[in-house]
Amino acid sequence: MTRDEITAGLAEILEEVAGVNPDDVAEEKSFTDDLDVDSLSMVEVVVAAEEKFGVKIPDDEVQNLKTVGDAVSYITKVGS
Amino acid sequence: MSSGTKLLSLGHYQPTRVLTNDDLAQMVDTNDEWIRDRVGIVTRRIADGETVADMAAAAAEKALAGSGLTAADIDLVVVATCSSVDRCPNVATRVAGRLGITAPGAYDINTACSGFSYALATVDHAIRAGASRNAIVIGSEKLSDFTDWTDRSTCVLFGDGAGAAVVTAAGEGEAPGVGPVLWGSDPEKSDAITIEGWRPYIQQAGQTVFRWATFALPGLAQRACAAAGIDPTELAAFVPHQANLRIIEPLARRLGATNAVVAKDIVESGNTSAASVPLALSKLVERREVPSGAPVLLFGFGGGLTYAGQVVRCP
Repeated sequence: MTRDEITAGLAEILEEVAGVNPDDVAEEKSFTDDLDVDSLSMVEVVVAAEEKFGVKIPDDEVQNLKTVGDAVSYITKVGS
Repeated sequence: MSSGTKLLSLGHYQPTRVLTNDDLAQMVDTNDEWIRDRVGIVTRRIADGETVADMAAAAAEKALAGSGLTAADIDLVVVATCSSVDRCPNVATRVAGRLGITAPGAYDINTACSGFSYALATVDHAIRAGASRNAIVIGSEKLSDFTDWTDRSTCVLFGDGAGAAVVTAAGEGEAPGVGPVLWGSDPEKSDAITIEGWRPYIQQAGQTVFRWATFALPGLAQRACAAAGIDPTELAAFVPHQANLRIIEPLARRLGATNAVVAKDIVESGNTSAASVPLALSKLVERREVPSGAPVLLFGFGGGLTYAGQVVRCP
């Protein structure tokens, strides 16, 4: 799966969980500052991403995922 | 010996002092909008002079008054609490003394926020086993004693209060009014919520607890319904532990309690740990939001991490 495909998948999740406009989702965007995803919504995003991409994202890792690009990198790393 | 038990009556007590979100904004860097958004709490009650035993006794007194029984009929008092400061005597004997219950079995249990459902289960078991005829089961907490009033991530969450129920044997041929308990724990996550050490404060790993509560618990709540032979759509009310509105709402949705009144006492009372389930249930019944005899799922969860739930028939 390419980085763009993962970003698109995350955009779908963000729209469903937190009502984020998919057009706003890009790798450099910060979940909290740019997309207004708070810490609890982030947990829901992470759980949905685990299901969608078939990966495990432990609680300790969630705090390191500041931007969409961080999440894409992590999913790429553990998914390959 | 009895083939089943039932709730006869309920009672609750809350301190009169109200702490608002604006009050908290004067104490720590927070605001009303942030608190409503994250947890759904608008106010909480904070004890002034009351102890855990004072609040427990006040709630128990109301429950007893509504039961048609007298103190002489009660032979078992069980208190769920994780915030009693005194190591001895336990809260249950203090309550019994206040109410003039002369020689009851009396014990406290601590499974933190799931405490009331655990306590109710042990009472149900005791009556079924013939060890008791009529019991009072109480959840009472004074979390304000263990709150770090400088920690904005936790001090906005908690409140004080108590709720109680009188439990008795179901009549001959009467269906049980307290369903089988589904209880358990997840000890691997025992560090996620702590009140530990000497002069302790409540601490929690919010995201870990939120993840567990919203994704692990719905299936367990469904199992508690299945154990009672009830489909979640048949529930007249769902009374989960009042931890966070953003846990309560998805939990109710994922459980499938589509026709149930969902308790949201957290809005006015905050998180009162073991007191939250009986407090919320007692208020629902007092406001006549649940018909007598209707099935209600009680579901406690929290520190441990522990959980317990059972379907009861509304008194």
